[in-house]
Amino acid sequence: MIAYAVIFGFACLALALALNLWRLLKGPSVGDRIAALDTMVINAIAVIVLIGIAKANDTYFEAALLLAMVGFVGTVAYCKFMLRGDIVE
Amino acid sequence: MTGLGIFAEILTSAMIVLGAGFALVGSWGLVRLPTLMERLHGPTKATTLGLGGMLVGSVLFFQLDQGKWSAHELLISLFLFITAPIAANMIAKVHLHRLRARESNEIESPAGPPPPVPGDADWATFDAPRTDTPVATSET
Repeated sequence: MIAYAVIFGFACLALALALNLWRLLKGPSVGDRIAALDTMVINAIAVIVLIGIAKANDTYFEAALLLAMVGFVGTVAYCKFMLRGDIVE
Repeated sequence: MTGLGIFAEILTSAMIVLGAGFALVGSWGLVRLPTLMERLHGPTKATTLGLGGMLVGSVLFFQLDQGKWSAHELLISLFLFITAPIAANMIAKVHLHRLRARESNEIESPAGPPPPVPGDADWATFDAPRTDTPVATSET
């Protein structure tokens, strides 16, 4: 049963990533693109966690944790750049 | 297969399906909703909850199915629950700043434009600190 749930999860997350990509390409303003990239990072973390479940291997969580940190820093850096024209003042 | 085994499988599968569903709903909200301020609701709430559910499902899977106790998924969950509001706040500030600088315009939406700030200030992005506000706690 878990195998079917994992397949369903992969399908949902693939569709979610496609929707994020659509918003990233279309998004009228810069804020939309930042939000789309942030959501893509979260969905990518979910994909990595799901791969860890599918392969029954908990080494993948290190990658998920690193991506969670780097994605947040990337989002804040992009926002700071848009707000102040500089990242580290 | 024991009774606990089928129960564990149902619980883990339910958490995975719920998590993936919420992640999909959040991304659908990002596409569907009319303005950026409303679009932010999807990723910050639904997608974060979806990833939280999937991480709980992962904890259950490794605990009940594999017999390994691992809680570092909860670390990811905690970190995400702390950072998601901050990221959303920064994106909202970018949006307000660009509205103020007339670099983007708000289209018509049920929520309407952001309300004006009381007093003579605006939603501050370029403002200097007020004179009676300490810049740092060390200066008090």
